[in-house]
Amino acid sequence: MSQHVLSLLVEDRPGLLTRVAGLFARRGFNIESLAVGVSEIEGLSRITVVVNVEGAPLEQVTKQLNKLINVIKIVELEPDSVQRDHMLIKVKTDAATRSQVLEAVTLFRARVIDVVSDALIIEVTGDTSKCAAFIKVLEPFGIKELVQSGVLAMARGSKSMTEKVIK
Amino acid sequence: MTNEILSGAQAIVRSLELLGIDVIFGLPGGAILPTYDPLMDSKKIRHILVRHEQGAGHAAEGYASATGRLGVCIATSGPGATNLVTAIADAYMDSVPLLAITGQVASTSIGTDAFQEADIVGITMPITKHSFLVTKAADIPEVIASATLIATTGRPGPVLVDIAKDAQNEKTEFIWPPKVDLPGYKPVTKPHGKQIQAAAALLQESKKPILYVGGGIVRSGAHRELLELADLIGAPVTTTLMARGAFPDSHPAHLGMPGMHGTVPAVTALQKSDLIVALGARFDDRVTGHVKSFAPNAKVIHVDIDPAEIGKIRFAEVPIVGDAKEVLTELNDLLGKELRGKKPDYSEWWSFLNGLRERYPLGFTEPTDGKLSPQHVIKRIGELSGPEAVFAAGVGQHQMWSAQFIKYERPNSWLNSGGAGTMGYSVPAAMGAKVGQPDRLVWAIDGDGCFQMTNQELATCMINNIPIKVAIINNSSLGMVRQWQTLFYNERYSNTDLHTGTDTIMVPDFVKLADAYGCLGIRVEKEDEIDAAIKLAIETNDRPVVIDFIVGRDAMVWPMVAAGLSNDEVQYARDAAPIWDGEE
Repeated sequence: MSQHVLSLLVEDRPGLLTRVAGLFARRGFNIESLAVGVSEIEGLSRITVVVNVEGAPLEQVTKQLNKLINVIKIVELEPDSVQRDHMLIKVKTDAATRSQVLEAVTLFRARVIDVVSDALIIEVTGDTSKCAAFIKVLEPFGIKELVQSGVLAMARGSKSMTEKVIK
Repeated sequence: MTNEILSGAQAIVRSLELLGIDVIFGLPGGAILPTYDPLMDSKKIRHILVRHEQGAGHAAEGYASATGRLGVCIATSGPGATNLVTAIADAYMDSVPLLAITGQVASTSIGTDAFQEADIVGITMPITKHSFLVTKAADIPEVIASATLIATTGRPGPVLVDIAKDAQNEKTEFIWPPKVDLPGYKPVTKPHGKQIQAAAALLQESKKPILYVGGGIVRSGAHRELLELADLIGAPVTTTLMARGAFPDSHPAHLGMPGMHGTVPAVTALQKSDLIVALGARFDDRVTGHVKSFAPNAKVIHVDIDPAEIGKIRFAEVPIVGDAKEVLTELNDLLGKELRGKKPDYSEWWSFLNGLRERYPLGFTEPTDGKLSPQHVIKRIGELSGPEAVFAAGVGQHQMWSAQFIKYERPNSWLNSGGAGTMGYSVPAAMGAKVGQPDRLVWAIDGDGCFQMTNQELATCMINNIPIKVAIINNSSLGMVRQWQTLFYNERYSNTDLHTGTDTIMVPDFVKLADAYGCLGIRVEKEDEIDAAIKLAIETNDRPVVIDFIVGRDAMVWPMVAAGLSNDEVQYARDAAPIWDGEE
């Protein structure tokens, strides 16, 4: 099973996300994560999809996505592209464990953004493996809640995915 | 110049008129009522009131498939819209250019489970090429123009436009032509020159090529270019169920239909070939059989306007994305220059294939129960009607026999539900075809099962002077399902008896039913009555005709490759596999 990161430039239309997600479901492609948001161009959004490819080759995935009328462009990002996940974690803490948790926060260059007597909310940004490692470190203390943004990704260098699209 | 102020409903009708739409099939209801009011005054659009929205959908498909133009159907919200779903799915599978317009509850009520509300855009998302929900009158011209463009260009397909009732009532400035802005839609029609060269080279290297022709040739209108290619190189041709008529059956290079019920020469030619030239075909499971053992020694040149079809099922050594007509024009030009009148030498291949043609021609055995032979009936319909007629079939045995035993000489003369396999397609599709081509003789060749799904459209045909001919191949059962029960379920006939034969309770009596609809009903039980009945049907044009042909129920469709098996295991008849002449 191989993982690929796709960046989609799409028209911001109602139902667009349903079309993309529905296509993955219908064609039997597996989504690992999916993140949507506006792009630098008004009316266009960027979707970052991490897809697990097993049965269907990646080419079939991109070709089918390209058939969606509101999808303007698809790029497969290289493994060396900038890939970041954003995570919020609520960890159980008490007087005895708080300092160890804070040490982990410093080591991972994470940030504490909410403190109560028996828990902390920590935010961390990083690639998927860093986030996974951080979770592993915090697990023994007791993770009460966890939310993740899904991978956001961008190609390195000065070129932009939207360059040739702007009319 | 100031623009006219129109209601959204008027804008819908005006946009359709300006796009050249001359026929719409539909049925009104609450959420589409505003649009039906100006539609009544249109001088350019003929609206045909159907009896069920599914009939409107298939009629629009039949119109589109017979004429090559866009078919349009219209329905109200909720159940009106969901009744179109089968036809939309059918059009999606067979790449039929279809515009479906549906009324929707007022935009202010959307999402409240209002009366007759259904999320038809959501429901049809997986079975449309694209869809639009319109909530503002000002958007109507652009949406209708975009929908038409999407439905008819690239790989054709169904597009749904769902229009809220308040948008139909709202006044708007009517601006034409509208700005059509589809930055994500750029179908590639012109092929890559390098791939054309690669294809030409492979064709000249090949010793055992075959042109595997699909429905894309019909949709593209590339039949002349196909004929030119076949004559240029002298390769054998097979036309799929969707492509019957794309290449003349009378042409000596035509091996017939491939696939589950294909001819032995066509199935074998694909299987043993060293080069498959797929032209607007998609390696459907009914053609390939077990995919891994399909044509094991063949390289593939795959021509399709939809890049996603190339490599989906079978790897293509030479992928060519483009419109079949443009691709074949360029390929013919290049081959013409390279061959200089000389044909590649496929003589050994032809002697093998001709041997198969001699030994395994299409045929059938007469039924032993004293009833008519369904194959003979269908063959005579074809022979007496000639190649200028249009034949629309339902789904099942009669469909396969119609594909096998009618000789097609021109594209768009054979209409059927290939991909979806929609029972009930034929009567409404024939109706749509006859509306689009009133001067042609149009047959609906139907089964007794299929006919009972959509025969209410006989009322539409009768009242609107659409004199189609319906031939019911009545074996008193769901024949194809019964055939599988005979072959694979120990002759246990679970729920396939329909009781419509003359030796049964006869519910319904199709002749009485035809009579009730004001049609001419004829029952044929004896072989010597067949021709006279067909001739009478052909001559009767003041009303539709229904002929109830009472045929033997044990007749089976042969040859056959059983589902999931390799094409190497094609059966010529029951328990009779062809002998490959020591070929391997």
